[in-house]
Formats: sequence, C-alpha cells, structure tokens
Amino acid sequence: MKRTALCALLLGVVLSLVPWQARSQARTLRIGFVSTLSGGGAALGVDVLDGFNLALRHLGNRLGGLPVEVLTADDQQNPEVARSAVERLIRRDRADLLTGIIFSNVLLAVGDLVFGSGIFYISPNAGPSEYAGEQCNLHFINVAWQNDNLHEAMGHYAQLKRYETAFILAPNYPAGRDALTGFKRFYKGQVVSEVYTRLGQLDYSAEIAQIRAARPRAVYAFYPGAMGVNFIKQYAEAGLMQQVPLLLPGFSADADVIRAVGKAMVGVYNSSHWALELFNPINRRFVEDFRRTYNRIPALYASQGYDAALAMDHGLRAVGGDLSRKAEFRNAILSGFDSTRGRVRFNRNGYPIQNYYLRQVVESANGEVVNRLVGTIFRNHGDAYVSRCRLR
Amino acid sequence: MAGGLLLEQLLNGLQFGLMLFLLSAGLTLVLGVMDVVNLAHGSLYMLGAYVAATVAGATGSFWAGVAAGVVATAAVGLGVEATVLRRVYARDHLTQVLATFALILVFNEGARMVWGPQALLLSVPPELSRPVAILPNLTYSAYRLVVLGVGVGLAALLFLVIHRTRLGMWVRAGASNRAMARALGVPIRRVFALVFALSAALSAVAGALLGPILAVQVGMGEEILILAFVVIVIGGIGSVKGSLVGALLVGVVDTAGRAFLPSLFAQLMSPEAASNLGPALASVLIYLLMAVVLFVRPQGLFPVRA
Repeated sequence: MKRTALCALLLGVVLSLVPWQARSQARTLRIGFVSTLSGGGAALGVDVLDGFNLALRHLGNRLGGLPVEVLTADDQQNPEVARSAVERLIRRDRADLLTGIIFSNVLLAVGDLVFGSGIFYISPNAGPSEYAGEQCNLHFINVAWQNDNLHEAMGHYAQLKRYETAFILAPNYPAGRDALTGFKRFYKGQVVSEVYTRLGQLDYSAEIAQIRAARPRAVYAFYPGAMGVNFIKQYAEAGLMQQVPLLLPGFSADADVIRAVGKAMVGVYNSSHWALELFNPINRRFVEDFRRTYNRIPALYASQGYDAALAMDHGLRAVGGDLSRKAEFRNAILSGFDSTRGRVRFNRNGYPIQNYYLRQVVESANGEVVNRLVGTIFRNHGDAYVSRCRLR
Repeated sequence: MAGGLLLEQLLNGLQFGLMLFLLSAGLTLVLGVMDVVNLAHGSLYMLGAYVAATVAGATGSFWAGVAAGVVATAAVGLGVEATVLRRVYARDHLTQVLATFALILVFNEGARMVWGPQALLLSVPPELSRPVAILPNLTYSAYRLVVLGVGVGLAALLFLVIHRTRLGMWVRAGASNRAMARALGVPIRRVFALVFALSAALSAVAGALLGPILAVQVGMGEEILILAFVVIVIGGIGSVKGSLVGALLVGVVDTAGRAFLPSLFAQLMSPEAASNLGPALASVLIYLLMAVVLFVRPQGLFPVRA
C-alpha cells in the first residue's frame, strides 16, 4: 500500500514536469513531407527526401531559426492515399508547411485540401500547368520548374538539330500531357505519332515496334522512374539506340535511371535545369556531401529537395518564423534565393525563371556513367501559363 | 514493313500471353481441382521474382537465379499449403478469400522488410541483351525470343503431364468431379499439395522471366493477378487448355489494342479526341473481351464441369 502511494507520488511529479519542459523549449516547425517512397516512383521520392534532409543538416536542423521536425508519409503514388496522408498531417499533426509530392496527378488530388487549409505547399517536383495558369494559388510555390519546361528545352534542341520527324511518347497523366505539349511548343518538325501509355506501364514492346515501323528521325520519350528504366532498356535491347536518336528530358536520364540502365545510355542527350558541375559553392557542397552521405550520385530530384529546404529557410528568415505573414513569406521566396542553380527568381504564379541546360550521358575516365553539362538551351526562361494567372 | 510490324506485335502478344499462361495455369488448377480461390498466387509470383533477382545478383548468373526462384517458391508453396490452405479447403470461398488476402499482406510487408521498398534490379543476361535478326529487315530482342521459347516448352510439358501421366489423370479427375475422384481412391491430399507446389513453381517461372521486362517490386503480383483471373474466367475454370487459349487471346488483344487502336482512332476523329479515347479504350479492351466471352459462353471457352 505504501509502495503504491509512493509510485503515484512519483508519477505525479514526473507528469507535472513534462509540460513544463515542453513549454520551455522554442516552438518546433513541423514539415509534412508526403512523397512517393515505394513502388516504381520510389527512386524519385527517396532522392527528394535525401536532398531535403541533407539541406536540413547543412542548416543545423533549423529553418529560419526554428528547430524542425519532418513528418514523412508515403503516398504510394496513389492520389487516395495522398489525400488521407495530407488530411492527417494538417488536422492531427498540425503541420506548418507541406512539401514532397512527386507526381502531378497526386498533387492535383490534394491541392484543394492544402490551399483550403491556408498552409503553404512548397513543391520540390510536381509542377502542373493547372497551378501555373488560372488555378495559380497564393499558397503554392514550385522551386524546381513548371512541368512543360524541360520538354520545351528538348523540343527546342530537336528543332535546332533539324530532325524532320519525331515520334513522341509519355504516360497518360497530367504531367505526361504537359510534357508533350511543352515539346511541341518548340519543335516545329512533323510529329509522326504522339503516344500516351498507361501510367506505370513497364513493357513497351508494342510501342517500340510502332517506332521501328514509323522510322522517325528522332524519338522523344518522357518516362520518369521505373517506367524510364524499362523504356530505355527495351529501346536499347531492340537495337534502336544506334538507328534512331533517343532524346530525353533530365527526368528520364539522370542518376537513378543511369544506375539501372548502365552503359547502354552513353551518348544520350537530355535537358535539365540543374547539373552536377554547375559552378557555385552551394551546388559543390551539395554534390560532395550528398555523394559522401548517401554513397550515390544525386539526380536532379535530390537538388530539388535540397532547394525546397533552402527556399523555406529563406522565406522563414524574412518573416522571423511567423508563417501568418503570408504575403511577405511568399514574396521573399519569389524575389529570389540562392540555390544549387545559383540565384533563382520566380514569376508571380510561383514558378521559376531560370536557365535550362543540355546534358549528355558519358562514360568518365574512371568508368562511371554520368551526365556532362554540354551547353545552355534557354536563358531566363519562364513558363507559358503565367499570363493566365491573376495573382498580384 | 506493315507485315513486319504485324509479326513483331504478334510476337509481343504471344510472349506476354505465354507468361500469363504460366501464371493462370496454376491459378486455374488450384481453383478447379482444389476449389480454392487463391488470391496469394500473385505473391508467389512476386516471391519467385525477388528470389531470382537476389540470387542472380549474388551469383552473377541469371539462370541460377531463375532456378533458385522456382525451387524456393515451390517450397514456400508447399509450406503455405500445409499451414494455411489445408485449414480452409472445407470452408466457403469468402473464408478462403480472407485467408489468402491476408497472405498477400503478409508477403508484401515481408518483402518490404527483407528487400526494402525500392524495386530490385534484375537484368537480362548479357548474352541475350542484344537484338537478333529474325527476318531480313526485322530485328527482335533475343531475350524475348528465349522467354517465348521457354513459355512454349513449359506449356507443352504441362500438357504432357496433364494428359499422359497418372498425376495428370488424378488432376483431371479432381477437376471434373472431386467427390467421385476421392471415392475412387485418388490420394487427394497428396495431389492437392503437388498441384499447389506446381502452381507456385509455374508462377515463379513467370515472375523470374518477366522480372527483367517489368520490375521486381512490392505489389507486382496484384497487378498481374487481375489479368490472370480474367484469363481463367475466359478460358473456363479448371481447364488448362482454356487458360492457354485465354492467355494468348488476352496477350494478343492487349498488345493489338495498345498498338493499333490509337492510330485507328486518329484516322476516324480529331487528334485531340483520339489521344484521349485511344489509350483509355486500349486499357479496357481485355475486360470488354471478357464481357463478350461471358455473354456468349457463361462457363468460359472450355468448361470442365458438364
């Protein structure tokens, strides 16, 4: 009996201590990180998350001076799963900022939920045309690109190379349609066939047979993640690599795809807003520490995750960690911050104005297959939808 | 060149169809002979692919990986039969669905724990990774030709076993009338275990061979299981011949739909409408096929039970 009373007393003392300790600490910033961390798109989500975490480590685990807690959730590339994860992060976990989504169809499914709750969504990847034009939103900033951009760059390159005919392919989802729209905006040759395949399709034998029969001068294919790995492997196995040049956006030709496909990709040209060798101190530190920490070469997605954290830090500093000062937070980021691509500025719709580069997959002297920066395709390039955005 | 395109698409369709056959033959036998709805069939397919990828990665030999995948999956199949399925043979289908669905969750989470959430890499053996000329002017992936050959060989072997051996006779007897087969002294328990191990081994072959063409990842089984069910419904439950015909039909129709529907639509309507409708219709084509078959022959193409 005595012992029970003692236990109760001790418990009471401990319990009374806990809230007191919590109150004495500084406010913690909660970041909801919803991303594709399993399945065919997992390489993208893991890259963004690793990049984001690396930036946090470089910033001393603080954003704008506030200690940070990252709450991750796997959306399994499924809009339904993402909706319930976002709902949980907003209502139960009271997240202060959201980020992480890879696929545009997933983002478009949760957009109304996020914007309706008044939380900022800092996109490290998905940049659908919808949110660049009429549906642009105060709470949405994409630190990477608008979906069309990398494809516009490759369309421009195909035009410069004067390929008379092109066979173009993409998965059938919002970013796939944005991709081919972007390519066609700058490519003025003849598009002999425009093919949309099921999102997540992995066997491309039927499409590759069509390409062989159509005999185009060039093929342009937007396939991120496992789709890209399979398409490119099968394109090479069918013997087409030597017959028809394959043009790719950086999404289908970066470290994650190269790791899986290997030397069959050497020689392929692709477009990107970022490159391993971009010459600035932030990028050098990012690339070196990323390789050391995760023991692999970062893909463009990792740089985007890193930049998302830098953008948040920049915005939060401007408002002293007070996210209720929404316009100031947004304007601080839009007017520019220093990223892995150097200083990057934004349009009023929250999408960047930046350079786009041409890269080529090469085998380096030590046998490593990597992307090499070849040249600049666009300088200070924005997106095609900003004129329809009525913000500001 | 149009002839070449047709031939290439036909090969693609047959190759896909034969792999579907390896998967659905086991499924239809388990359902026809043992009267068990085995939703976990796709998990065995996944297990075969994972083991193959792991062993191939460790030994450097693709074919050692395939062999290991088949043996390991057959062994796991035997274990699952003895521990889980044997307890639900006498129960109704709903109980079996619940039990085997639970197995899916166990296998998926297990694979995530052992191999991690990211897809494994299973590469085509280097000697098969180049194209071969099958006709002047037409090259085709050597690996896919081998897959085609293995599929044909296994289908022939399966038919020999079913139609020319005592085990096959028992299996056919069990499929057409289970009670009578038992009354005539067929060792049902042993047949069930063997059939289940065989179906697990066949699905592992499909998983290992499709691994380099598709991707070795969690959830790969469920995606293809739906197609396997479409195949056995079209072919007639319990009929191996039916599942062969059904699988080839589904493989060819699916490939043809993806290959030719969009361009057909492009000639009939505006490019905008065609690019919307073509891919959408191509992806539901096999379900349309199933609906038509069910309308004309509700028991499937080759019904087993009179």
